[in-house]
Amino acid sequence: MRRWTPYWLALPAWLWLAIFLVVPIAAMASVSLTTGNLIDGFAQTFSVSNYSDAIAKYSTQFLRSLLYGGIATVIMLVLGYPVAYWIAFKAGHRKSMFLFLLLLPFFVSFVLRTISWGFLLADDGILFGTLKGWGLLPEGFHVLATTVAVIGGLVYNFLPFMILPIYVALERVNPTVIEAAYDLYASRFATFRRVVLPLSLPGVFAGVLMTFVPATADPINAQVLGGTGNTMIGNIVQTEYLVNSNYPTASAISFTLMAVLLIGIFIYARALGTENVLEAAAR
Amino acid sequence: MPEDVPAIELDGVVKEYLSHGETVQAVKGVSLTIGEGEFFSLLGPSGCGKTTTMRMIAGFEEPTKGLVKLLGQDVTDVPPNKRDINMVFQSYALFPHMNVWENVAFGLRRKKVAEAEIKQRVGDILEIVDLTGREKRRPREMSGGQQQRVALARALVNRPRALLLDEPLGALDLKLRQQMQTELKRIQREVGITFVYVTHDQSEALTMSDRIAVMNDGLVEQLAAPREIYERPASKFVAGFIGTSNLLSGTVDAADGDLLVVRLGEQDRILVPGTAAVGDTVDLTVRPEKITISTEQPEAGLSMVKGTVGELTYLGTYNSYAVALADGTEITVFQQNAIDSSTTAERGDAVWLSWRPQHSYTLS
Repeated sequence: MRRWTPYWLALPAWLWLAIFLVVPIAAMASVSLTTGNLIDGFAQTFSVSNYSDAIAKYSTQFLRSLLYGGIATVIMLVLGYPVAYWIAFKAGHRKSMFLFLLLLPFFVSFVLRTISWGFLLADDGILFGTLKGWGLLPEGFHVLATTVAVIGGLVYNFLPFMILPIYVALERVNPTVIEAAYDLYASRFATFRRVVLPLSLPGVFAGVLMTFVPATADPINAQVLGGTGNTMIGNIVQTEYLVNSNYPTASAISFTLMAVLLIGIFIYARALGTENVLEAAAR
Repeated sequence: MPEDVPAIELDGVVKEYLSHGETVQAVKGVSLTIGEGEFFSLLGPSGCGKTTTMRMIAGFEEPTKGLVKLLGQDVTDVPPNKRDINMVFQSYALFPHMNVWENVAFGLRRKKVAEAEIKQRVGDILEIVDLTGREKRRPREMSGGQQQRVALARALVNRPRALLLDEPLGALDLKLRQQMQTELKRIQREVGITFVYVTHDQSEALTMSDRIAVMNDGLVEQLAAPREIYERPASKFVAGFIGTSNLLSGTVDAADGDLLVVRLGEQDRILVPGTAAVGDTVDLTVRPEKITISTEQPEAGLSMVKGTVGELTYLGTYNSYAVALADGTEITVFQQNAIDSSTTAERGDAVWLSWRPQHSYTLS
């Protein structure tokens, strides 16, 4: 009887997953294979034309999303790693305070934060308006409604999700291991490259996953900060679902995106998530 | 290289820390020289400054005052990665993402030694520490004793001028620890490198060292060979820290040649080498295994005190008696279990304790 206790304890979690993950996904899969419209009703036809049509029609937005998500992730990695490193090794007893500061923006709604970025980047807003007033920027200068604004917004909104897992990985690195490398003739840089960086790769892996996936699928930043030329796939899903009530197409796009991301993650995990990388880094 | 240049020299080394706005002296002025090929131990309780002293030799800490010299050269300002000294860390500090071979080759690769030579040297050292055939193992797949030997090989393969070992056997169980003590001694003889061994375990230091520096409160209390440290402790602290000691305190009654006659109680008469004026109070020490226990009055010419047997403990190879003197002082006596394992005295017996004058020492 006792043997089964752990399984009974896990039951609520299984039920939760079944009801809130498996059922909606199955429902969405089923919807993506229907044809029809809101007025005449939808019929289950198992036609895959929704997929081929969606990919053909929105391939630009698909590629743009992957590109924006990718660029934002790279920038977050470059910005976030040093921050995580600094908090883990240099912040001393103020660590918790800096971690709290990192999470502070989450107390404000995601949409509001993005909108306030819009204010900040406005053509005649407090930042550019002032600089233009001083003659430091040309009158025509603008950032809002550009690619830069969208990627900047993505970086701003998801950066903590990059920093936290890297911080956790760095925090777990035994400081005497770093001393050992330093003792064994490694320079500060070699110590970082041969010991600290490889040991933090699991955190980098997690950080990239936690930022690339939501950044690629995000509709808010493109909607608030981007112009008409920066529409991402998340915006398309939103429009198709909420405005056009074209549920089959919206579902098909979502599934395609999910498939692309899963395949990408799988390849990425094979390349970086295994011990091969650690071994390569050790050399 | 001339024989008389010491491997390591500390010259008036002081280390101060700032702790909660107050300056704390971890090391209060240590000067010592460690010879080439010597097995040297820094022994003391935790917080005595032995680890800080070692970290200054390694270069992880910079002395507040004083000089650190390596083979006669001042290395006080040289960082650890440029010092020809390697260290075996307490928790081994092996690189968890590298296998045994990569761990051991790490130092040589940083020094840009040719691959062929690295192969040769790593192979040789792994043979010395008896790990041939385990090159591909990861640290976490190995036992504590094996990890210990990897750590040793990783340091020794670089042929450093000196090897620093920070309580390297602390994490091992007793059996393995004793085995590794012998092993360490053998390896040290084989490679001929100066070992500086930091430990709080007196038996470990006594077993392995050529010389021991006993440290207390940031200072070296005594620096001598193990036998002398044990037989002739220079201070109350050393006597108490190394082995079991009986500390006695009495008044000098007379001076008999170079022996002092010290009186504790009515019938007690302790003879101890030393110089002091009649009437002075002196502290002296005698080891438990030097004392003979008997129910009859011992012959003259020996130190003798009278007491009552309190606790009697059977410890296998010997018996331990706790004997209370008239003034309440408790003296521990070890009696070897010889052919006849019966005990000389029982609990409550009035007994004489006696020992030769040269087996006790006055303490500063």
